[in-house]
Amino acid sequence: MASLTRADVEHVAHLARLGLSADEVTRMETDLDLILTMFAVLDELDTDGIAPTAQTIEVESILRADLPRPSLSQEEALANAPEQSGGYVVVPAILGDGA
Amino acid sequence: MSTDRSLTRLHAHEMAAGLRAGRFSAGELLAAHLALIEGQDRALNAWVSLDAPGARAAAADADARIAAARAEGAAALAALPALLGIPVGLKDLVVTRGQPSTAGSRILAGFRGPYDAHIAERLAAAGAVIPGKTNMDEFAMGSSTEHSAWGATANPWDLDRVPGGSSGGSAAAVAAYHVPVAIGTDTGGSIRQPAAVTGTVGMKPTYGRVSRYGIIAFASSLDQVGPFARDVRDAALLLGAVAGRDDRDSTSSALPVPDYAAALPEDRDRAAGILRGLRLGLPRQYFVDGMEPEVEARIREAVAALAAAGAEIVEVDLPHTGYGLATYYIIAPAEASANLARHDGIRYGRSVREGDVLGSYLATRGEGFGPEVKRRIMLGTYALSAGYYDAYYLKAQKVRTLIKEDFDRAFTRVDALIAPSTPTVAFPLGARTGDPLAMYLSDICTIPVNAAGLPALSVPCGLADGLPVGLQLIGQAWDEARLFAIGRAWEAIDADAPWRRLEPAALPRLDDPATPSMKGRAQA
Repeated sequence: MASLTRADVEHVAHLARLGLSADEVTRMETDLDLILTMFAVLDELDTDGIAPTAQTIEVESILRADLPRPSLSQEEALANAPEQSGGYVVVPAILGDGA
Repeated sequence: MSTDRSLTRLHAHEMAAGLRAGRFSAGELLAAHLALIEGQDRALNAWVSLDAPGARAAAADADARIAAARAEGAAALAALPALLGIPVGLKDLVVTRGQPSTAGSRILAGFRGPYDAHIAERLAAAGAVIPGKTNMDEFAMGSSTEHSAWGATANPWDLDRVPGGSSGGSAAAVAAYHVPVAIGTDTGGSIRQPAAVTGTVGMKPTYGRVSRYGIIAFASSLDQVGPFARDVRDAALLLGAVAGRDDRDSTSSALPVPDYAAALPEDRDRAAGILRGLRLGLPRQYFVDGMEPEVEARIREAVAALAAAGAEIVEVDLPHTGYGLATYYIIAPAEASANLARHDGIRYGRSVREGDVLGSYLATRGEGFGPEVKRRIMLGTYALSAGYYDAYYLKAQKVRTLIKEDFDRAFTRVDALIAPSTPTVAFPLGARTGDPLAMYLSDICTIPVNAAGLPALSVPCGLADGLPVGLQLIGQAWDEARLFAIGRAWEAIDADAPWRRLEPAALPRLDDPATPSMKGRAQA
């Protein structure tokens, strides 16, 4: 596998919504490259025809009755919100230039 | 009120007996533990937050329940829950109502739980007393507790060394007698490795044995909740109190939970008796390059003692062990990158508003997460990104199948596996923070067990150069009871070993005002 470029690191950081400083990008490039090199050991194994494992325990779909139940009150749900107004969570503008 | 330090030296099951016999109260028991915590935590940093008023109220409630039962008679006393009045530490990722739960992260600074985790509800119903939350690597990512935003925890055996991680605060708190038992979580070794290097008992149960509802998520197909204790019976007691089906975690199992603790004999000969005819597998691949010779020596001695007591030792091969590390460091970060997307500074947690919503995400997450969490989010995002999914994530899931099949084959021949918990003793603070791969190697003996979803118990098996070594017992799915029985048998046959009479060597330094504070040190 090709080694990681600075542009790759910046692209992945953007996908992950992580603001990284220039120094962090440099450090990340070195660290990730080392770790990805370690991953190459898996190429030694022929895994054609091997089924992937996502879950180790066998549980079937479990259904419950679809009944209304108590949940957090509006006050409780908002208690940790960094910004709130009139019973709503305040979100930075997503559309337009109202930000 | 008495703050008799000797009370803190008891095991939880001894505390329970003392409370019922009226030898001391839950209030006195809590006061003794809080006095240690308040006096020593500056130098240990095992605790992230304390809730002394809540703990005192729980202790008073326990004392009232005990008094009422005593008035009613012996049967009522015997029917009280085992953990009533017993102090229990909770790792800082267990959400509890109204209390801070930060998962060791700056991004959750100030966050207070809006509800109780399933295990917190269970512990409250049992009358356990929760003094506070214990330190951990941020979001449980690490093997040394140095990645906590709130500074590293010291090892009670040597304050210049790490207590392991990620549940290092729980391990150190139990080793230093700040609590008799504590809750941790184990995604790749985060209970067993710190248990090993602090000389405590730790169990990672079968995936699905304990509900993860209210546990701040790291890697959802690997995370499990489990106990720390100073002996196997106490670990069994705590697991029994929290295990079982919970409708709010669809992966929690409906299988019945045996009374783990009641099944364990106090009598040494009876405890050792289960070893006769038991087949224990010794996996060749767990004696890895880089294993410290003194650690290997303690493991081999323990294996020889188990054989002398009647166990049959069989060498087994787990040929894909060497691929565990790469498999884990693809799967766990991939799951983490998805789980940690929720920490966006909008609905809860620390928020940095910078321009539009994208700018706010970048700033909040860039400032809120520490270096190791960022590394894992980056790795996971990369492994799941377009063009790399098959090469990394799908490949790792296939190798996960091979690792699981290794265990399945071994368990057709043996009842349990016996191995080191970690290849080295506790390493010095700072020794591995600059080298992520060296840090990851700390979990080489524990990671394959998580990949396969199996239960495993780490029990202390002696000292190497004055530092604890852990013996790992790995079982088949849902076979925790047998692991506890073998662990208890090991304690019985090893009961006279001189190291068992030693307290962690650095405890006197925790009382010394000249010892440097661990509070507020920089995050690695």
